[in-house]
Amino acid sequence: MWQPTASIDAIRARADMYAQIRTFFSHAKVLEVETPLLCSTTAMDPYLDSFSLSCGHFLQTSPEFPMKRLLASGSGPIYQISKAFRQDEESSRHNPEFTLLEWYQPGYSLLQLQEELLALLFLLAKGATAVSWGRDSVTCRTYADLFESSIGLCPHTCTVEALVEVAKQETGFEGELTRDSWLDLLMSHVVEPKMPPGLLVLTDFPVGQAALAEIAADEHGCDVAKRLELYIDGVEVANGYQELTDGAEQKRRFEADNEQRLVNGVTQLPIPAHLVSALCAGMPATSGIAVGLDRLLMKLMGKQQLSDVICFPWGRA
Amino acid sequence: MAKYSTNDFRSGLKVMLEGEPCAITENELVKPGKGQAFNRVKLRNLRTGRTWERTFKSGESIEGADVMEVDLQYLYTDGEFWHFMDPHTFDQKEADEAAVGESIKWLKEEDICTVTLWNDSPLAVAVANFVTLEITETDPGLKGDTANGGSKPAILSTGAMVRVPLFLSIGEVIKIDTRTGEYVSRA
Repeated sequence: MWQPTASIDAIRARADMYAQIRTFFSHAKVLEVETPLLCSTTAMDPYLDSFSLSCGHFLQTSPEFPMKRLLASGSGPIYQISKAFRQDEESSRHNPEFTLLEWYQPGYSLLQLQEELLALLFLLAKGATAVSWGRDSVTCRTYADLFESSIGLCPHTCTVEALVEVAKQETGFEGELTRDSWLDLLMSHVVEPKMPPGLLVLTDFPVGQAALAEIAADEHGCDVAKRLELYIDGVEVANGYQELTDGAEQKRRFEADNEQRLVNGVTQLPIPAHLVSALCAGMPATSGIAVGLDRLLMKLMGKQQLSDVICFPWGRA
Repeated sequence: MAKYSTNDFRSGLKVMLEGEPCAITENELVKPGKGQAFNRVKLRNLRTGRTWERTFKSGESIEGADVMEVDLQYLYTDGEFWHFMDPHTFDQKEADEAAVGESIKWLKEEDICTVTLWNDSPLAVAVANFVTLEITETDPGLKGDTANGGSKPAILSTGAMVRVPLFLSIGEVIKIDTRTGEYVSRA
């Protein structure tokens, strides 16, 4: 059990990938930054579980909050390759300690950021033998469009009762869930397995899943979260936002997260005051995205599980 | 009985589901990046052998099943129950026809079997992979015919029917692979 689970080839491929990413952002004039992994606050999402240390600090689930504080201080475009930590997430596609590439482009729309993401992926795929990604490997769909074509319900307007009924038929699950968790159940159990192979960009999420994204009306006048997710062969690899810049609204969402945490019976958390202050001081309109580099490397190498690309996964760490 | 959270789920764990004792065979975490996590679980119903698929909310708990496997010696049947004994404690258990199931064909007095106990009573009986049994009925043996691959039906002391090579006769003891029900060799 002392040996790595990843081959030397995979360890080399990771080093090559990091070098290519750094060259890409250096050409794009995006600044590499480093922010603390241990902070006094952490992500508030009701379904993320941070490791908390006895000193009261938390291992970060992503470097998002300190990076936004840099943006509000006038850093301009920034990126980071960083470790991130999420408790209780262990499977062939989850490791409690993993690596994120996260970057922010002030002044970019979510669509511009999507283009930059695809440019990076095409570049990385050029050096890979297992995949050949190009324009024609990309499918773009809205959440509602994909959900409706598979489930037959509009995720923005249908009743919870209708979701519960389909979920019972399709998954046999019975229990108490929130509206958004019924959507998660159907997405993960029914929609994802039927996703097209290659790169799928999903946009315009239900407002309940806005997290740290702006909310705006789509072309049908329906409020949606300006969020995008990239799936590769049905595996979630990246999550981006047209970032919420309104400090007061951000604080309200954090408080709502804490209320949901209370309902779920999980620990309530201190409000990330530094982030709220930074947003109140003024963060430029920005699009930002986080890419799971372990999963991306797994896909670039045509591997099926993270342990093929992480040298010492959780069970051997 | 202890309760097990989805975090404790692993292959082989015995749990109660809808009043039935089950063994977990597969457990997969399904977690959208920011959303509710679920565990998609496959379980084998230990009573019927059927596989069930269920989805649980991660963190949910279910009751453990008081199930264990013990090696017991088969004693005899009274027609309704099959009686087994722990060779160390001499403690006896009776299994019904459903619990004995397919093993009925290979059960010979004094053989050791693996018995699955649920709340201390037999739920399933598994015989060893290889058993030796006596031929009680077959056509007369053909002397010298050891090379040709021909076979004939034979009835064994337990009542099971297997195909055996032509040269074997009544009264001979043979070795059977209970997983395939096939003749292996003379014992």
